[in-house]
Parts: sequence; C-alpha cells; structure tokens
Amino acid sequence: MLEVDIEHRLGAFALDVRFASGRGLTALFGRSGAGKTSVVNAIAGLVRPRRGHIAVDGAVLLDTERGVCLPAHRRKIGYVFQEGRLFPHLTVRQNLLFGRWFAPRAPGAAARFDHVVELLGIGPLLMRRPGRLSGGEKQRVAIGRALLANPRLLLMDEPLASLDGARKDEILPYLERLRDASEVPIVYVSHAAAEVARLATTIVLLADGRVQAVGPVADIMGRAGQYPLAGGFEAGAVLAVTVAAHDRHWDLTELAGGFGRLVVPRLDLPVGSALRVRIRARDVILATDRPSGISALNVLAGIVEALAPIGDEALEVQLGLGPERLLARITRRSGDALGLAVGRPVFALIKTVAIDRRSLGRGGAAADFGEELEVFDG
Amino acid sequence: MHFFGLSPDEIEAVRLSVRVAFWAMLWSLPFGLATAMVLARGRFLGKSLLDGFVHLPLVMPPVVTGYLLLLLFGHNGPLGRFFAAFGIVFAFRWTGAALAAAVTAFPLMVRAMRLSLEAVDRRLEEAAGTLGAGRIFVFLLVTLPLTMPGIVAGMVLSFARSLGEFGATITFVSNIPGETQTIPLAIYSLTQTPGGDSAALRLTAVSVILSLLALIASEFLARQIGRRVSGD
Repeated sequence: MLEVDIEHRLGAFALDVRFASGRGLTALFGRSGAGKTSVVNAIAGLVRPRRGHIAVDGAVLLDTERGVCLPAHRRKIGYVFQEGRLFPHLTVRQNLLFGRWFAPRAPGAAARFDHVVELLGIGPLLMRRPGRLSGGEKQRVAIGRALLANPRLLLMDEPLASLDGARKDEILPYLERLRDASEVPIVYVSHAAAEVARLATTIVLLADGRVQAVGPVADIMGRAGQYPLAGGFEAGAVLAVTVAAHDRHWDLTELAGGFGRLVVPRLDLPVGSALRVRIRARDVILATDRPSGISALNVLAGIVEALAPIGDEALEVQLGLGPERLLARITRRSGDALGLAVGRPVFALIKTVAIDRRSLGRGGAAADFGEELEVFDG
Repeated sequence: MHFFGLSPDEIEAVRLSVRVAFWAMLWSLPFGLATAMVLARGRFLGKSLLDGFVHLPLVMPPVVTGYLLLLLFGHNGPLGRFFAAFGIVFAFRWTGAALAAAVTAFPLMVRAMRLSLEAVDRRLEEAAGTLGAGRIFVFLLVTLPLTMPGIVAGMVLSFARSLGEFGATITFVSNIPGETQTIPLAIYSLTQTPGGDSAALRLTAVSVILSLLALIASEFLARQIGRRVSGD
C-alpha cells in the first residue's frame, strides 16, 4: 500500500498530489509537464517536497511535519529510469547484482536471481557490457537490476518512451508478467494511453500538478470526457474478457465478457485465457436500431451513460454494457440526428479488424481491482 | 655497470629522478583527488579563490615557488620545523625535491581529475542511490571507476612534469649529487663543466626515452580504461 500526499513548487509550477494505491500496477497518467516524474522522484527520495507525507506498507519515507525524510538509499524503492542508467563500467551481471552489496544477505538470493533473469529473458546477456545492448535489452536489465535490490515498490518512469514500436512490443509482455507474477507493487509513469490501458491495474490521472481522477483502469478509461485532461490521448475503453472459442474456418477468436461476446482476429491463446481489450472510441459506430446487413461482426447492446463534447465537432459517448463500459466518438451532428441522451438504449458496432494485436493485453489484475482503491484519506 | 654508457653518477641521477617523480606523484594523488572533488562538486564561498590558489604554481615562476618552499619548509620555516618534529626533513634532501616536484605538478594533476569528475553522469550516481548505495559506496563503486581515465591522466602528467622539474628544485634543495641532483639538474651542471657535453647528451637521450615511455604507458592505460568505462 502506497500513500502519497505531497505539495511542491518548481518555479511557477505547483504540485499538489494525493493518492493511495495498492497491489499491481498503478499508472501515473497524464501529458508531459503534468508533474508525473516529480511525483515518482519524491517517492524515490530524489526530490524533497516542501510539504508532504509518503508511506509504503506503513513505513514512513517522508513526513515533513515530523521532520522525517529518509535518504534515497535507505528507502528500498526500486527505480527504472527512462534512459536505463546502467553502469557502463560493469557487466550486465554486475549491474544486476549491484543492489545486493547493500542488502542484507537474504536466503534464496541465488534462486531469486535466476528467477528474475528468467522472467526478463536476459540470461544470454549476463557477461556483456551495457554499451553493446539494444535499447530494449537495456531496459530489461534496468528492470532486473531494480528488482534484485529487493524493493518494496518499483517505480518506472516512461521506461518505453525512448524505444521504437517493435522494441516496445518486445518489452510489454515482460511488464505484464512482472505485474502478474511479482509481489512488488509498481508505479508506472506514462503519457501513452495504449500502454496504460494494457498495463495498469489502477490509474491516477494527473493534470497541471493535480490528481484529476483515481480508479481501476476500466473505470477511468471508460469515462467520457477525460481526453482534454490527459492531453489529447487516443481515447478508448478497456474491457476484461476471456478467450471463449476459436473459429478455425474463418480464423477468428471469440472473446467473452460481462457485456456479451466479441469476435476478433484469431489469437494463439488457449480457451479460458484472461485478456483485456482496448477499443478505441473512434472505432465504434452507434445505431439506435439493431442493424442488419452490415459487415461489422460485433453488435453490442448498451445504454448511454454520459455525453461529453470533444472540441467543436465531436462527442464522446459513454455506454454501459452490463457491468462494462465502452466509449464511442461520433460527430455532434450524428448525436443530434440519433437523439442521443443519457438513458437511451443504443447498439455499438465494432469492426473485428479494428482490434489488432496492440489492442490486446494479458488480463492480469485488470478485472479484480479491489477495496484498496479508494482515494487515500488522512 | 655501464647502462647506455652512463657513468655511476649519471645512473644515480636517473634513479633519483625516477624516485623523486614517483613519490611526488603518489603523495599528491590523494590531495589532488580531494581537491578535484571539491572543485568539481563543491558549492561554497571562495571556490574561485581556491581554484586560483591551486593553479598558482602553474603560472608563477618556478624559482618563486622554490623560494616560497624554502621559506616555509626550510630549516627555519614554520612548516619545516613542524615536520622536523616528526623526523621529516625536506631541506637539501631528496624528499624536498619530491615536494617541489609535487607542488609544481599539482595543478596539472588536479585539472585532469577535475575534468574527468565533471564528465561523470550524475544520474548514474542517483541510480546507484536508489539501489541502496550510500554516498561513500556511490563514490567508490560508480564515481571513482568512471573518473579513472582522468586519474590516470593526472598521475602521468604529474610524473612527467616532476621528471622535468628544475627551477623550484634548485632553489629549494640546491643541486647536490646523489641527493637532489635529478636529470635536469645534472644536465645543467654538465653544461657548466668543460668537457661535459657528451655526458649531457647521454642524459638528454635518457630523458627523452623516459618521457616517451611515460606517454606511451599513459596512452595504453587510457585506452584500456576508456574501453571499460564506455561500457563496450
């Protein structure tokens, strides 16, 4: 359990952030300059806020009122930096073991080393030096190095920002495994909606140095009108699903969720696998009557829950699909023509081919967000 | 023994030169590193004053440096008397020659180390901190290894400068064969002696060879360490 309540000032920029988060991956999400990095730097002890209180699992790291401010090296907070920051004069193996110099020798340390190396797939790199690694390899080693220092919390500051698309796809599965397999909670800074949708358990939406919203990923991502807050991100709801069936003839896969069924291009996953699907708001068409004679394979029935204007011409429509939420982006003109209003039943049409590999992630903790998510109070 | 056809006196001068330069370099190493650290990282009032003071021997006439050393570390100098109480005497001894060499070479050593320290990526030190390393360990495990090229360069510069020290040495500890007469002083004496030309030439050749060896060794070390530090 992480509790953060800090106030800080950097020139004209005022930071006033308060949130609590639990297990899994908490994404600090917002545009650049929102104060995300300042928050993680304060947690790590690299920045000392003017006023504040930070605690992890009951251990107080900062309490300005009581004059407590643990130095960074005594906080046991792992930090994966955007640029990796591997030690160039040490081998990958020495980099990974750096934290162990300062940690009391724990039983099973060797097994843990092997486990982390295996988890991140960095076994073949151990004797190499950082200068000869690719960007993706560097980040995996940086993650392993932070993990092997036995942190109580792992901070990641845009670890994928300096990587190209292919390298990102290479790392994302490792981050999912880390979120699901490791008991260390993660605080993950990002301005990329797709990344956050795929990885986050909880989202803390930051804008202008303040928390705008906190909640489970599906809740925040499925809320209409967040777009201007987080800064022009590609809006899209996140649905929790499981693989229900494969259609070998047409090379399709059927996913089941609380909203019904969703047909997507064929996935190489066993039936029963838990997944999360991101459906971009602009890929959703709305209809007031159940349409027929259309190519879209997915027609989901829902009820309009909220409408938010986006710019001058567009509307974001938040639909309730049973327990789940979906976002659709349509023109104001269409909204007017369909007579959309809160409470009105509609049908959402989603093209199967609009859902590609990058829209899918491992389910993990996405579905079972729990009691620890209410905003920290006190 | 005839090495390069050198006479015993000349061999003694060569050995003395190497000994003086070696100890001058070694003794100034911790002070040089500390000073470089303070100048590279410290933020305090009077920092530019300290910077100027450290560079003084570089711009002052060596004879002036030598004379100041004589005043301070001579038999009647305050520091000379202080060290004499511990049995350490500088005046007219080879130790004094080493001190003169160390002082005149000090700015060069500090400069090389300081540049290297300033080039160390502070963010790596921050990263080491988040991994649990306190300040001393950060310095020993990250800062120091990454500064190594500058430290080696500083040591080589100090050694080479010490081999060539003349003005401060002759002013401070005079020109005593077997005690303070290093190669440059010996060459100077020989050029003042009728028929000393061939001996002066021999010592000159030795001097050139020693300087070249120092340069080659430093190049080699710098390349080795540079490769390690760059992470390739």
